[in-house]
Amino acid sequence: MNNLEPIGGLWGLLLLVTATTYVWRGAGAAIAARINPDGPLSQWFSCVAYGMLAGLMSRILLMPVGILAETLLIDRLIAFAAGFAVFMVFKRNMLPGMIGSVAVFVVLAAHREIGIF
Amino acid sequence: MGMGDAFRMPVYVVAASMLGFGSLARDSGLSFSVSVVSTATVWGLPGQVAFAEMFAVGAPVMAIALASSMANLRFLPMSISMMPLFRYDPKGWRWRYLLVAMMSVNTWALTLRHAPHLNENQRVPYFTGLSVTCMTTGVVATALGYHLAGNLPFYITVSLIFLNPMYFIFLFASIRQRSCILAMMIGAVLGPLFHLISPDWGLPFVGAIAGSAAFLLDRRMGGDGE
Repeated sequence: MNNLEPIGGLWGLLLLVTATTYVWRGAGAAIAARINPDGPLSQWFSCVAYGMLAGLMSRILLMPVGILAETLLIDRLIAFAAGFAVFMVFKRNMLPGMIGSVAVFVVLAAHREIGIF
Repeated sequence: MGMGDAFRMPVYVVAASMLGFGSLARDSGLSFSVSVVSTATVWGLPGQVAFAEMFAVGAPVMAIALASSMANLRFLPMSISMMPLFRYDPKGWRWRYLLVAMMSVNTWALTLRHAPHLNENQRVPYFTGLSVTCMTTGVVATALGYHLAGNLPFYITVSLIFLNPMYFIFLFASIRQRSCILAMMIGAVLGPLFHLISPDWGLPFVGAIAGSAAFLLDRRMGGDGE
């Protein structure tokens, strides 16, 4: 079991997790103050942010860890493809796309658990 | 105004995601108050999920801190790209270290999309209204999810967690700026590949490589990048 005694129990752990997350946010604010907001370095960081987020989302979809890892890859892909089709049909409108993919996913996940088809 | 925007889609997504997290937190053995407070203080779902899940399996303290921090590493380039929007508002700029604490992928993406069209002195109020609304919703939803845990079937909890990446994928799919699209396309391919090499350290490399490649390609392609 976790040894939380030295850091003051669960609250100490939360404080640690909060602080190690804030480090990135605070460092970002400090760096932003020192670079030209309209310059190439600022644009580069923006590209890095989008690249990282897209990498994270595609990793979560294809190789999730934790609770999503207990679902089937094929279910996640079918749900995403269905949502994407709805997204295109609705002229790249994100709300129908998102609702479509989650609706398909919940049906598939429910089917794996309780068998609806 | 930010609050008005929040009341359309973002709050529902935050509510659903944090409902899922609250339920997961209880199953992981976190206490009620720690789960709820973590939504306000950590305020980043992948990091919170890593925190809850690693706590549940009894991982060492430093491993939990490191994993949840790495899962939230995206906040570094995100805050660097968002803060310039607030740079020319001296009153708002003074609060920058507080503003970054309220940033989530959700409020970041919406602020990047809408704030450039606002006057410089309206951007911080927009971001703050949006963020406070989303955070309040998130905290309430975490509490609710915690109480519902055990009563929700697995397929509902897992679908609530699945909603989060889907929301962001479709939110990003509607972005039109060429350099961002290039970065996302390259990042989406590299993300899973680098995860195979190193689950903990892959993502920063994905960001740096995809971001740099997109930045250079966009410059070489010329034009105005729209």
